[in-house]
Amino acid sequence: MNNKTILQLLKKEFVLELRRKSVIAGLGLYLFSLIFICYLTFNLKQNSISPATWSALFWLTILFSVVNSVAKSFIGEKKGVFIYLYTIASPQHIILSKIFYNALLCWLISLAGYLLFSVFIFNPVQDKLTFFLVLFLVSLGFSTSLSLISGIAAKANNSNVLMAVMSFPVVISILLMAVRATKNAVDGLEFSASSDELLNLLAINCISGALGYILFPYIWRS
Amino acid sequence: MKTWLKIVAIVLLIYVHTAGLLMDVPRLNILNETVRALYFHVPMWFGMVLLYFMSVYYAIRYLRNPLSDFDTYSVTYAHVGTAFGILGMVTGMLWANYTWGSPWHGDPKQNGAAIALLVYLAYFVLRGSLENEEQRAKLGAVYNIFAFAAMIPLLFIIPRLTDSLHPGNGGNPGFNAYDLDASMRKVFYPAVLAWFLIGLWIVNIRVRIKKLEEKSIQQS
Repeated sequence: MNNKTILQLLKKEFVLELRRKSVIAGLGLYLFSLIFICYLTFNLKQNSISPATWSALFWLTILFSVVNSVAKSFIGEKKGVFIYLYTIASPQHIILSKIFYNALLCWLISLAGYLLFSVFIFNPVQDKLTFFLVLFLVSLGFSTSLSLISGIAAKANNSNVLMAVMSFPVVISILLMAVRATKNAVDGLEFSASSDELLNLLAINCISGALGYILFPYIWRS
Repeated sequence: MKTWLKIVAIVLLIYVHTAGLLMDVPRLNILNETVRALYFHVPMWFGMVLLYFMSVYYAIRYLRNPLSDFDTYSVTYAHVGTAFGILGMVTGMLWANYTWGSPWHGDPKQNGAAIALLVYLAYFVLRGSLENEEQRAKLGAVYNIFAFAAMIPLLFIIPRLTDSLHPGNGGNPGFNAYDLDASMRKVFYPAVLAWFLIGLWIVNIRVRIKKLEEKSIQQS
């Protein structure tokens, strides 16, 4: 029963998302424009920036697109949908399905961002396996922390501003770890060099996931 | 708050200020007399973390049992904690100006502290933008707990992962190393206690003022 409800909710998210193709197109265009602006303003040529700058630029781009896409998981939903969900599922199911869905979305966005970065700027990543692991863990971290914040922001008046203000300080720790691990992956260091950061990311994910699971019922009821 | 606690706080603060400024301190390179900042700067951060912790404690209590008193306590602790944090930031910048050469030096702990302050400023913005009182208390409590848990890695883990100029991090002699000899402890621990008591006192007064305001609104 439990897993079935989550799967149903996940399916609902996918169906709704695929039905509104303009939203996906908007997200893609947003990501593309951001990367294109980076490319134009920095006047980037092959290997003209250091690995550290590359990873910082990459994660900033991903952060902005992800905050925008996760924000809409609760902001902008119709009131009726909330009331309907309230009657058919428990808050735990809803937050878990949102977290899984958003993690997948973040992961796809970061993969697309990586692809675009390697086309327009360049692709300095040497240790691909570690890099993809970082992408996966960070997507999970973004979705666990941002889903709850989106739920909070949706209740307030100026949701979009609030979303940015509340989420940036919270995701900074994730971002710092990501930038550091990415720099190691770009330099092609051994896996053991960035295992500390990866473990930290995992720990942060666990903390924010558990907090989201525990705290979400309180905001859902109000 | 008990009267004797207030007296203890005042006596301790008088002692800390006289002893902190007059007593002999160990001579160390670069640090020299600025080592006295330990008595005034570090207690601010201890106070801030403790006050934020109390704020989270009341936030949890509010979620378990939604009484508006708990919310008042929670937000007041956060207010006073932020004031302590800003004071800690200013004293730290003063100290850094003389020892590191510039007030802002990109030190991980300094950045982490700035982010922690940002988190609580965001908390105040969130509260300001919600009009329904019950919703404000509830969402504020949720964000408070969540943000505090997200802040801990910043303040306590990341500075230890990287090289930091902060005493006590990155191989610099710090809290438990040889430089903090017994005589400094005698001033430092009372300073922490005294400032925390002062923080509690301020919270106490602010909560009483808020309750009186609410009462006068109800009566009018």
